[in-house]
Amino acid sequence: MAAIYSLYIINKSGGLIFYKDYGSKGRMDTNDSLRVASLWHSMHAISQQLSPTTGCSGIELLEADTFDLHCFQSLTGTKFFVVCEPGTQHMEALLKAIYELYTDYVLKNPFYEMEMPIRCELFDINLTQAIQKDRVVLLGR
Amino acid sequence: MQFFGGSEISPSPPVPTTTGNNAHMMYVFNRNGVCLLYREWNRPLHTLNPQQDHKLMFGLLFSLKSLTAKMDPTSADKGNLGVPQLPGQGCSFHSFRTNTYKLSFMETPSGIKIILVTHPRTGDLREPLKYIYNLYVEYVAKNPLYTPGTSIRCELFNTALDQYVRSIA
Repeated sequence: MAAIYSLYIINKSGGLIFYKDYGSKGRMDTNDSLRVASLWHSMHAISQQLSPTTGCSGIELLEADTFDLHCFQSLTGTKFFVVCEPGTQHMEALLKAIYELYTDYVLKNPFYEMEMPIRCELFDINLTQAIQKDRVVLLGR
Repeated sequence: MQFFGGSEISPSPPVPTTTGNNAHMMYVFNRNGVCLLYREWNRPLHTLNPQQDHKLMFGLLFSLKSLTAKMDPTSADKGNLGVPQLPGQGCSFHSFRTNTYKLSFMETPSGIKIILVTHPRTGDLREPLKYIYNLYVEYVAKNPLYTPGTSIRCELFNTALDQYVRSIA
């Protein structure tokens, strides 16, 4: 049973720079994942325009019929979002942990070009570990 | 997706979750995207003029629905992104939350969309939205003077709605 279905990272202009699937049915192809990512980028921006009060920073949680989508936006505009089972807890903490891994293993990598797709082996390894750990915690409850 | 089989016509209002007036605004759209009703209780910030605001809201809901239908991780056959879907078809959503507001959304089988914008810490509003739909059926759909597809001008509906929304949020 997968608690987390997939993870996306999009750069500040809405381009998908990282996508990983953890066992959702009917896996999306590359084109679809790119489209979905940029669509989310726009929806995030529009939701700020529709706010009834000032200081809105976009959608944090979207509750759909079959999944929850948690989104975290860093100060530089990079967005991280996970698709997980409805009602999954502690996703904010996981997103912050993923952000930390991103700063450590992607941004500090001298060969990484900003805003470009992420291809860093160490990031992949540590990300897998973080998600596994999270799953173990979830299963243990 | 299950719709509201066997729901009472005039049920007693569900138990209020919290007290105080936390509701910001409400929209009702029909299936063509016409804004039938817009109520505003507490909205300090207006970024656009009303028509633009309604259009943007409808566009947001429409696109979010195609996004959730495409993202649905539990079904293998989802079709292409952006293909129009009938009410109740595909994976929809019932709410989203930002740091300043929470938007709850319901779509009825006839394509009426009810949107309630409240304080971000409001609980699950799916039942209250069904109750508001019942109010719509009672006071608007059953009103012989109401022409479907035109904006709602029923004083009784507005009064009942204001009273109910004050009790839930």
